Amino acid sequence: MTAAAIAAVVIFDAALHALMAQNPFGGPRPAAEPQVGGVIGWILAKQSEFYREMSATIRAAKSDGSAVWTLLGISFAYGIFHAAGPGHGKAVISSYLVANEETARRGIVLSFASAFLQALVAVAIVAVFAWLLSSTAKTMCSAEKAIEIVSYALIAALGARLVWTKGGGFMRALQAKPELAMASATAHHHGHDHDHAHHHHHDHGDHHGHGHDHVHDEHCGHSHGPTPDQLAGPGGWRRGLGTIFAVGMRPCSGAILVLVFSLAQGLFLAGIAATFVMGLGTAITVAAIAVIAVSAKGLAKRLSAGHEGGGALVMRGIEFGAAGLVLLFGLGLLFGYLAAERATCL
Amino acid sequence: MGPGVRRDDILRALFGLLSLIVAWSAGASSAQAHPHVWITARSEVVYAPDGAMTGVRHAWTFDDMFSTYALQGVATKTKGVYTREELAPLAQTNVESLKDFAYFTFAKADGKKAKFEEPVDYYLEYKDSALTLHFVLPLKAPATSKQLALEVFDPSYFIDFKFEDKDPIKLIGAPAACQMQFQRPNDETANTQRLNEQNFLNGDNSNYGAMFANKITVNCP
Repeated sequence: MTAAAIAAVVIFDAALHALMAQNPFGGPRPAAEPQVGGVIGWILAKQSEFYREMSATIRAAKSDGSAVWTLLGISFAYGIFHAAGPGHGKAVISSYLVANEETARRGIVLSFASAFLQALVAVAIVAVFAWLLSSTAKTMCSAEKAIEIVSYALIAALGARLVWTKGGGFMRALQAKPELAMASATAHHHGHDHDHAHHHHHDHGDHHGHGHDHVHDEHCGHSHGPTPDQLAGPGGWRRGLGTIFAVGMRPCSGAILVLVFSLAQGLFLAGIAATFVMGLGTAITVAAIAVIAVSAKGLAKRLSAGHEGGGALVMRGIEFGAAGLVLLFGLGLLFGYLAAERATCL
Repeated sequence: MGPGVRRDDILRALFGLLSLIVAWSAGASSAQAHPHVWITARSEVVYAPDGAMTGVRHAWTFDDMFSTYALQGVATKTKGVYTREELAPLAQTNVESLKDFAYFTFAKADGKKAKFEEPVDYYLEYKDSALTLHFVLPLKAPATSKQLALEVFDPSYFIDFKFEDKDPIKLIGAPAACQMQFQRPNDETANTQRLNEQNFLNGDNSNYGAMFANKITVNCP
């Protein structure tokens, strides 16, 4: 899956370079090659490169409207690469998805919605402060910082809520485990584990020593666990909305810079279009990562399925851990232990 | 053996998932993924007549995108022309904000950390659609050390510092015997730490920007 993703990115990159080759304005000075290696280093180098090309392209678009298309192409690529780098947004979304029994589809929706909101906030900030009010960079920076604090506090609140709800499930699973082991011969237990617990015992007996693990999956896969909606609990979508706000309300510093620059060049609309295309690229990457996280959890679930009670314990443990991570992210960002992309304040 | 093997698989899957998430948290702590601001720098290391190093005079030219951002909302008499007086409030904001980042200038006298006072003689200049910030960083205590090491970089790599190709560093009034060495971050000979998956994932990147440091060393025997 990762290999396919990398291959896709490489092909896209090659295509983009072919596009750039036709750019009649020539490229700006290439970004200094950083001392980094490997895939991550390559991602960092790429986004740096795309970002630097943006200002030259916006300048070029002043005299030649067709450069706007190049700008959109670069913005899209930048969005994809930027989101692939380190950042708290996708970590929060993925942890949230893992903590809740969420579907991949919902992960994609969350990713796109938060990226769209992020672009919208960036445009709104620049439209209000730079265009309408002609505020100074200092004022704009204070606004960015205020939004940032609210966003981090929201993430922490979201995490606290997840820890609270998931902690209960984890505790119940912990308590349920010894009980299940003891009562292995009994067919019925309370809660949702009773059905497959029975099957397991059966299979274990038959296949001891053979290691035919797949039998378990075939047997139990279809009836295991509650449905996603049940686990998402009441207000599932509203909580999703909370995630969208927590992650999406903090604009990307790069987008703000590009918007202010394009406004100053008299190309605000092109800047707005570029911001949304950037968001589209970001959304694609974040959605891909979210899907991977959800699939990884699905895998863990399949593997742990039918471990008399242990399966439930493992899953509740993963969820509890992911919930704790969301809280840690929020607190870490809020109190400055985790450095996120900082607001452009100099 | 059956359950044992399966438990291993579960643990492996669990571990994979956890390390994935922890990798992201480590990633988040590595701060800037790439710079948003580019500074082309020129610096002077200033000496007193008695041979003690007294401070550093920086001239930092911002890239055009950040220059435009910084100039947002600055009122001028003539459009596109910014006088030093019109830029004075912005220069003040700049040096005040830079304080939070230790002016991105880290000095060591004979291996011991040397501290700077607040900047003096600061002003902004606007030329060729780029802003240049001039400021002097006086050392708290003038250094008479044999070796002085200066590093200019942003630890979180939000800002990329590149020194001018021509005359990047000058020694002003230094004793004749003093020798200056300058090492750029992308210098092949530089013994810079390389960022790769390994140290990225183990979180050993708290000082991520350090590998983009510009290193100035002055030896006065």
